[in-house]
Amino acid sequence: MKPSLIIFSLLTLALLVWGFHQAIFVAPTEATMGDIQRIFYYHVPSAFAAFACFFVNLAASLAYLKTRNARADALALASAQVGVVFCTIVLITGPLWARPVWGIWWTWDARLTSTLLLWLIYVSYLLLRRFSHAGSMPVLAAVLAVFGSVDVVFVYMSIRWFRTQHPQPVLAGEPGSGLAPEMLHAFFINLIAFSAFGALLVWVRYLLERQQQRVEELHAHAAVGGAL
Amino acid sequence: MVAVELQQVTKLFGRFAALRSVSAEFLSGRCYAIFGENGAGKSTLLRVIAGLARPTSGKIIFPGPQETLRQTIGYVAHASMLYDELSAMENLRYFGALYGIQNEQKMAAAIRAVGLDPNLERHVGEYSQGMRQRLSLARMLMHDPEILLLDEPFSNLDVASAHEIAELIRKLRDQGKTILVVTHQAANLADVANQSLLFSQGQLLRIESGIAAANSGSSTREGAAR
Amino acid sequence: MSGLFHITRATLAKDLRLEWRSKDATNGMLFFALLVVVIFSFAFEPTAEEARRIIGGLVWMAFLFASTMALNQSWARELRNQVLDGFRCSPAPANALFLGKTIGNFIFVCLLEVVVAPLFVVFFNLHALGDVFLLIPLFLLGTWALIVNGTFFAAMSLRTRTRELMLPLLLFPISVPALLAMVGATTAIFTGESSPSLPLKFLAVYDIVFTTVSLLLFETVLHAE
Repeated sequence: MKPSLIIFSLLTLALLVWGFHQAIFVAPTEATMGDIQRIFYYHVPSAFAAFACFFVNLAASLAYLKTRNARADALALASAQVGVVFCTIVLITGPLWARPVWGIWWTWDARLTSTLLLWLIYVSYLLLRRFSHAGSMPVLAAVLAVFGSVDVVFVYMSIRWFRTQHPQPVLAGEPGSGLAPEMLHAFFINLIAFSAFGALLVWVRYLLERQQQRVEELHAHAAVGGAL
Repeated sequence: MVAVELQQVTKLFGRFAALRSVSAEFLSGRCYAIFGENGAGKSTLLRVIAGLARPTSGKIIFPGPQETLRQTIGYVAHASMLYDELSAMENLRYFGALYGIQNEQKMAAAIRAVGLDPNLERHVGEYSQGMRQRLSLARMLMHDPEILLLDEPFSNLDVASAHEIAELIRKLRDQGKTILVVTHQAANLADVANQSLLFSQGQLLRIESGIAAANSGSSTREGAAR
Repeated sequence: MSGLFHITRATLAKDLRLEWRSKDATNGMLFFALLVVVIFSFAFEPTAEEARRIIGGLVWMAFLFASTMALNQSWARELRNQVLDGFRCSPAPANALFLGKTIGNFIFVCLLEVVVAPLFVVFFNLHALGDVFLLIPLFLLGTWALIVNGTFFAAMSLRTRTRELMLPLLLFPISVPALLAMVGATTAIFTGESSPSLPLKFLAVYDIVFTTVSLLLFETVLHAE
């Protein structure tokens, strides 16, 4: 294992521990919602990490379409898988938060619903990767990633504009809704911690995928009888 | 004149090597017979030249410009590549459009050249296998390609029809076309094939004159040459 | 450019002729859509007011499901006898095939809608309170949104193991924004409570963007191995 990977893992672990301490013990309890509000320190950073992963997936997919380099495909896969994991965390913590606070499991909050759609799109992306014929898979997946990314913009707008029959509880609060400075502090630490955690997961997954690709290359080389 | 040249072309499907570092040169005005056991890579060779499959490594070199390339290549596969619910002329009108051909006389002439009737209204789905085979050839002849790739054109044909097609191939060869024919029935190409290539397990084993390679064993491995 | 137009037209003519002769897609699609209308009528017994509010969702769901049948059939036709290979090794531009197919599918689904929509009106005793004529641009824009992406994803599905299942898996999530707009506009037109102009404009933009993306990427998909 590379030394840089080990160092980064330790750093990430330290950030996560610090973030946990801040979120659970240091940050003050929220006035109206109580302790359940602490989910906020996980819910929002997870969302941020998920979106960052999907952005990386788009970049890697475009790079693949341009260069057909296997590394780009490996990065696309890694970022999509990790992104789906973080997305799942957002979708689970959302209802867990909403239920005690507003008495409903699900809220058609524009951001939460957009996250659900994003989750659906990227799960379909992973399914496409699984079910395609091996040769065409990277290209098809990259094309779908482009479609999905373009769609995300429309998703957010359509949910905001066309599903507003009922007043909606907004989970993370409107911008400018004033977080206490200690809360903001805890929030930012967790944000950085989760970003590092996301980056670490993508990095490790990428390395794993590269290994897999190299094994396939060796098999292919053997199949040709070393004539390449 | 070299019509198409392969330089160490390899084609992998996952872990399966359909073609292994195949190098060969094909000249105009020549007919090449391609023999080999099932799975030897013969069909893959034609598909790679036709542009239906991209080589994993190696190069395929054509002398002319890139834009007109597909216009000059004709491909006949084992499958008919025809719509069963359309008649012969309707099929050729569609495929003609793909090649920029609107002249119905050309289409009718191509159909006649393979021994079929252009006025037949019957849907291709009701044709016999042999008739479908011939119409598939007509589809290719219609756009007058310079390089003809035929994958088992004699299957489903009786002796007389096979002879007619072989004569047609000879005529086309004498017009300066480059013709590659994959077949299991060597006898059909006696006196028509200038050279024969023997493939085995994705490799080009030997090249002989006439149809001699059909009878060669696969014991020795020869390099690629003209 | 003229090549693109002629080949698109030839592809469209060929598909219309093939469908007319075999009626592969139309029969299945029509009967399926009819079944959906009937089943929805049994499942939901809305009052007149409720009917106006839910009809948007019901109608577009029915058309979405019926469309996937047409879309799968449309490409399945190109796999028989490896006809698609015949296209791929020709000099014809890939987008001509895409446009020809998309327009063909669009026409079929529009015809389906013309037949099925009145059935909804009958079974649910619908009476629109808003501007009914706006339903025409709505149906055209909405159907195009479903069909342009549907044709593209159906082509992608050709290279998968679970071809017919893959199409809805890919199409439905991506179509959600368009569906929300279609449903929103339909509800607005029937209830007369708001203006359908925003969703209609949204659909128009959606259509333009995704048609462009499809045209840019279709060649890549067609020649992917």
